[in-house]
Formats: sequence, structure tokens, C-alpha cells
Amino acid sequence: MRLELGKIFIKDVQFGQSTHVEKGTLYVAKEELEKLVLEDDRIIGAQIELARPGESVRITPVKDCIEPRVKVSGGEMFPGVVGKIDKVGSGRTHALEGACVVTVGKIVGFQEGLIDMSGPTACYTPFSETQNICVVIQPAEGLETHEYEEAGRLAGLKVAAKIGECARELEPDELVVYETLPFAKQVETYPNLPKVGYIHMLQSQGLLHDTFYYGTDAKQLLPTFMYPTEIMDGAIISGNCVAPCDKVTTYHHLHNPVIEDLYKRHGKDLNFIGVILTNENVYLADKVRSSDMVAKLVELFGLDGVLISEEGYGNPDADLMMNCQKVSQTGTKVVLITDEFPGADGKSYSLADGVPEAKHIVSCGNGNVIVHFPPMEKVIGMLDYVEMQIGGYDGSLKPDGSIDAELQIIIASTIANGFNHLAARGY
Amino acid sequence: MVKEIERAGIPVVHIATVTPISLTIGANRIVPGVGIPHPLGNPKLSEENEFKLRKSMVLKALDALQTPIEEQTIFS
Amino acid sequence: MKKRVVHYINNFFAGVGGEDMAHIPPEKREGVVGPGMALQPALGDEAEIVSTLVCGDNYMGEKTDEALDQLIAWIKEEKPDLVIAGPAFNAGRYGYACGSLVKKVQEELGIPAFTAMYDENPGVDTFRKDAYILKVADSAAGMRSAIPLMAKFAKKILNGEEILGPDEEGYFERGIRVNYFHEKRGSERAVEMLLQVMAGKDPVTEYPLPKIDRVDPVPPVKDMAHTKVALVTSGGIVPTDNPDHIESSSASKYGVYSIEGMEQMSKDLFTSIHGGYDRQYVLENPNLVVPLDAMRELEKEGVIGELADYYIATTGTGTSTDNAKRFGEDFVNKLKEDSVGAVILTST
Repeated sequence: MRLELGKIFIKDVQFGQSTHVEKGTLYVAKEELEKLVLEDDRIIGAQIELARPGESVRITPVKDCIEPRVKVSGGEMFPGVVGKIDKVGSGRTHALEGACVVTVGKIVGFQEGLIDMSGPTACYTPFSETQNICVVIQPAEGLETHEYEEAGRLAGLKVAAKIGECARELEPDELVVYETLPFAKQVETYPNLPKVGYIHMLQSQGLLHDTFYYGTDAKQLLPTFMYPTEIMDGAIISGNCVAPCDKVTTYHHLHNPVIEDLYKRHGKDLNFIGVILTNENVYLADKVRSSDMVAKLVELFGLDGVLISEEGYGNPDADLMMNCQKVSQTGTKVVLITDEFPGADGKSYSLADGVPEAKHIVSCGNGNVIVHFPPMEKVIGMLDYVEMQIGGYDGSLKPDGSIDAELQIIIASTIANGFNHLAARGY
Repeated sequence: MVKEIERAGIPVVHIATVTPISLTIGANRIVPGVGIPHPLGNPKLSEENEFKLRKSMVLKALDALQTPIEEQTIFS
Repeated sequence: MKKRVVHYINNFFAGVGGEDMAHIPPEKREGVVGPGMALQPALGDEAEIVSTLVCGDNYMGEKTDEALDQLIAWIKEEKPDLVIAGPAFNAGRYGYACGSLVKKVQEELGIPAFTAMYDENPGVDTFRKDAYILKVADSAAGMRSAIPLMAKFAKKILNGEEILGPDEEGYFERGIRVNYFHEKRGSERAVEMLLQVMAGKDPVTEYPLPKIDRVDPVPPVKDMAHTKVALVTSGGIVPTDNPDHIESSSASKYGVYSIEGMEQMSKDLFTSIHGGYDRQYVLENPNLVVPLDAMRELEKEGVIGELADYYIATTGTGTSTDNAKRFGEDFVNKLKEDSVGAVILTST
């Protein structure tokens, strides 16, 4: 598959009469977008608010973050969810890079997170650096939680696709081409380079822990093989918040850092063969079956090395370790990417599970560290749930609007696919 | 917690779905749970069968508590 | 003003005999004694060892609390900016004494403290999590190289300078995970690590998996029909108003909740606050995590002697192993007092 990704760099966002881009500024039509969200009768209130880097703004409870994009050719955006079911990963896609749709609203569970656009905690989330179009939704009275989660998820995706539409005819500031050939040809192309794959573990444990692959709930998947460009092009969307810090947002699927960095070395130091997609289910039999299949696929494709990333912590650590062990036993080299939860003092065990084969691990930081969030002039959403959200605790929220909470309350702060620079080391 | 109970000399059985984690943390008597969100039962069953399943699992746990072991053991 | 330092050494280094005098109780001396005589000039003019505390290693080993209380009281009077203990080299009991003291000084007085030992001193593993222990040689012959190392480290603490990692500073890694921003993002580091592994190298892992301690299995219950059984869960099942405000993740506490006279866990009285799983089933039927209904029936059938009239609960997700251990150490006392003879612990 060959994907042409045209990037239109967005440096500011403003309200406008119509949704369009002018000299790096994205103008969004507030009422039009609000109307679009309200088409779903499960949502009775919708408000678009803007948040820019450096502003004294706190956004919470955050559900998902999505980059506005459009498929110019080769399918539709978010297939099986917003767009028609069709393969993606080839053709041409335009992205409004630097802009982000952020869905916000009262909590579904405990898992929604927080973004500060400035101040000392802004550095922990990539979404303090994007021009954010926040979609603040209000669910219908008594709406069942799974329904609410779905309505919120679709609202964000629809708004992102709608905004993305204005990029269809634009001339990109930068055009990047990614290509992975069919297996046999790809192996032939760089016969002397090591064959490398990426094992991409998706959270799949039920409400606020689900992820969707071409519209299919990931918990129903058997591990499958993908072209990397499919993921970069909207094949996977997030319906989870796990813990906020660990959420692989839809934005992060589009910008999967492992895929980007493997492509940077593709044809030079390694031969990037593809992605093995797998899940993290709640039944032990599923965990055993999925990791068996992952190892089987690794063997089948004769990979020399794989990177494995996980989503979430706790029981998914068991999936991570099973994958590591079984893949290692096929003779393939393994490096794991994970984050750590050793307690606020950093003294406890970082992971819930471990196998002797897990010899090479990259750390994405300790999510239990307590950080201070000074008050912000403006709150998009509400602070009502801070103490219940993961990372918050009794007494987290102070009367002046400042917060003390664990780092894990911040969206994607310790995301376990290596997107961030945050890491932890032993002292 | 399970180790602290055992250290205090009280026999303890750990009912957990992800038995590999239970083994890693050092539980000695382990009974596999049905699923992470519902370790002791299966919501898909009728109320009556669901209760039967739970009772049988508790009985299995009690059996485990009455079984001499030398090393970490999964009672499945 | 000069910074004030208190130094702790054992009887041997204070010149008070050897093994024969290891029983002496704590004593306090003005100024420097023994190794302090070399340490003071190395510290320079900015810091002064105001007093030296001495104790026999056996006394410390046998009457630890008494010895520590006396030493802590003296240290408190001196109002030091730093407490240095040792170096203990490879002397096991001396290492234990130094470790116990620096731990307590930090915890009770909030005054920085460190010690120094040899790699194989058992004090290293016992106290490495609690304090900085500098790496020194295995015997007093290594005093000459130990002194400048300790002085340099002391000056850094006294000047409020940032203490860097174990390799830079020469201390035993404490097993404390600390965040920092790496110049490269995680995925890039992972690709580089994989290239090295595939090339047959063994790059340094960013997280070495710890060795996890084990407990020997206790003997089984002999007479279940006359045994009191208690239920414990990490599944976050609490009374609906969550009276103890237990967190949905990273719990800092546990709760003890009455089930006296109840036939089952009612969904109106109990809920789940666990942030790690889909709660839809448990909200409808909390017995799926706390199997009260089944236990009551088995109690009536005489399979178990009785069920404790409470259960104990916390949230397992994201909860540190140290916290979980602390909960366990704490609530086992109650279980023992209440003559609980067996526990069923359920996890989600």
C-alpha cells in the first residue's frame, strides 16, 4: 500500500462564517458544527469552544482527541464508523496538522482526562501544543452509559471529518509518501536488512476500554496482519480512556510513533514488513489465544525483530508479557514499550507481570507521580469530577481551582507507545 | 495483600482471572476467575445457573484452602 | 554560617575496643572521632562535624529501639543539616545500624542523611530504598577513597544541589523510579534498542524487572466446618456512598464494611468504584466480585463454620505493591483478632 499524506500546517484556530483555512489559520463554523453534533438525539447540548497553546485554559473531562483529515482518494475517513466501510491506507489523504478536535463532557466512567493549555503540566500532553476545537457535549437525561460513550465518540469523529473536508482541495504544505509492499515483494526489496514488525496491542475490555478496527470492536478480533499505512489513515479509532495517561487517542493512532519511526529507518537499517494487530481481553483464554496467534504470525512472516506496545496497565501487562515470551520463543528479538506505575514515591513494582524474556524495555514514565495544576482562568468542560477521575483523589481539587493529582489524569501523558519524551529511570 | 495474609499464617486463596499475574505476585493457592469484570459468575447465564456457578467456584476455593501444597498451585 | 553535620560510627571506629566492646550503649562526643578526622578536612570550611555519636553494633542489634531513640534525641538537639553514618564497608551489623539510623533520621526528623557500604553488605538490600548508600570498598583499607566520595556527596546535599542518578553519584540504586524528559521520544529509543538487539548486542534496558519475593504456602485448613472465613477483594466493591473515599485507581486506603445479617450483596447498598474494568455487570450484581450469596448458603449448609460479618475492600488497579502490602499488614491484625481461619481474596 502506498499512502500520500498531504499536511496543511495549522498555526491558529478562529471562529468563522464557514469552515476553511486561510494562511495557516483554521476558521470553524461554530453553529454548523454544533448542529451536526445535535443530529444525534442522544446529545441534547453541544458547544464548540476553542483552546490555543499558551492560553490559561483547562479542558476536562476529555474523552478523545482527533486530527481533522479528509480522504482525497482511496476510501473515506474513519471507515466503518463515519465513512463507508472500505479499505484505507492507500491513495491520498489531507491532514490539518496542528489542529485537533477534543471531545469533552461529563464523565461516562472514571477514565476521562485533563489537558492544560499552559502552565507546568502542559508539557505532559501533546494536546497543549495543538489548536484545539473542543466539542462540549451534554447527554440526554438518563442516557445509558454505553450509549453515551458511543454518542460522544461519534460526535468527535463526525466533527473531525467535517472540518477535515475543507482540506480536500488545499495544496499541502508538505507531502509525505509511505509505502509498504506486499510481503514477498517487500522482503525482496531489501533482502539484506532485518525484517521488522510491530505488534500493536489494543485496549479491548468493555466500556471506556474499547477500540475499533474498521468499525469492529477489537475484543472480537483475532490477531491480524495490517499494512502500517492503514493505521495512519484512520482504520483504528479509540473508544476508550483506560486511564487517561495511557489512552491511545484517535489522534495517536493517526500519528502512531512506532510506525513513523520504523518508516524513518525503513530501507536504511531495517525492512518494515507490517503490523500485527492484537487485543487485550478480559478472559484468560482470550489472552492465551491472542498471544498464541501473535507468535504464530511472527513466525509465519519470519520476522527478525518486533516492537510491542501496550495500551493500559494492570492486567494488559499480562498480555504484554505473554506476547513477549511467546514471540521470543520463536527466536525473534523483542523490545517492549510500556509505562510504569510504581506508586507516587516510585518505590513499588512498575508492572503487574513479568517474564524472564522481557529483557529490553523502553519506559514512558511513572504515571503515579503527583503533580500540581495551578488554577486556570478558563475551564472548558467542568471540574466537578476531578476527584473521581483516575489520578484524582479525595482532596485533589482545591477551592481556588488548583488541583493536585497523579500524572495519570493527564491525557496521553505516559502513553505506552513512545509518543512522548517522558521516561523513568532508577534512582 | 495475599502474601501478607499468608505471612500472618492464615490460609488464603486468590480468585483471579489473570492467573499469570497472580503467579507473578506470589499467590500460592489460585482459583481462576471467569472474567475480569465478573470473576465469580457469568452474567450471560440465567440467575439460577449463575448462582450455581458462583457456588461451585466458592466450593473450589474452599477445597483449595483445604489442600496441602508445596508450591504455587492453580486449582482449575 | 557553617552547616552542621552529625556523624555516626560504631565502637570499633571510635577506638573503643573491638568485638568485646560491641555491647556498649550509645554515647555522644563533641566534634570529630575516628573517620571524622579525615572527613572534616574533606568537607572544608563550609561544614562542621559538630558531634559524633557512637554505639556498639551488638547493642544496636539487640536493643534497636532504645538505641535509636537515644540517638534521634541527641540528633534533634544538635539541629544538624545533615547526618552521615559509617562508612560501614562490609560489616553486616554496622551496616544494619547505619541503615536503621539514616532511615529514621529522615523519616522522623526530616533531616537528610546517608551512609556508605560495600556491595555485599546485607544492609544495602535492606535499606537501599530508604536512603542513599554510597558504594565503598569491603574493608577499612578503602577509607582513603571513601572519604572524598562521601565529602563530595555531603557537600552536594548541603548546597542543595540536584542529586543525579546512581552512576553519576556513586550510590546504590534505590529502586526509585523517577521521571525525566529524554532527548529522544520513546518510540525512537525503542527502534534503536531493537536494532542493537538484532545486531546481537545487549543494550541496557530502561526498566530492569525486579525479583519478586515469595512466601511459603501455609498448611491447609483442617476443619472447614468450624472455621471462620473472611472475604477480601481488590475489586473496588464499596457501600454506594464510598464512605472512605477509596480512589478508583491507585488506592491509598482500604475499607472494612459490614455484611452482618445480609443474605447477598444488594446492588442498592453496594457499588464498584474500580476504574480498571467495565462495571456494568457488577453494578447490577456485586456478588460477582464479593460472593456473599454463595457464602451464606455454604454457611447454612455447615460447609464453613461461619462467615466474618464484614468484608475488606480496596481498588487493585494502579495501586502500588507497597500500598497493597501495607493494607495487608494492617488488616491481618484485625483478621487475627477476630479468629479468622481462612480468607478468600477476589480480584478483578
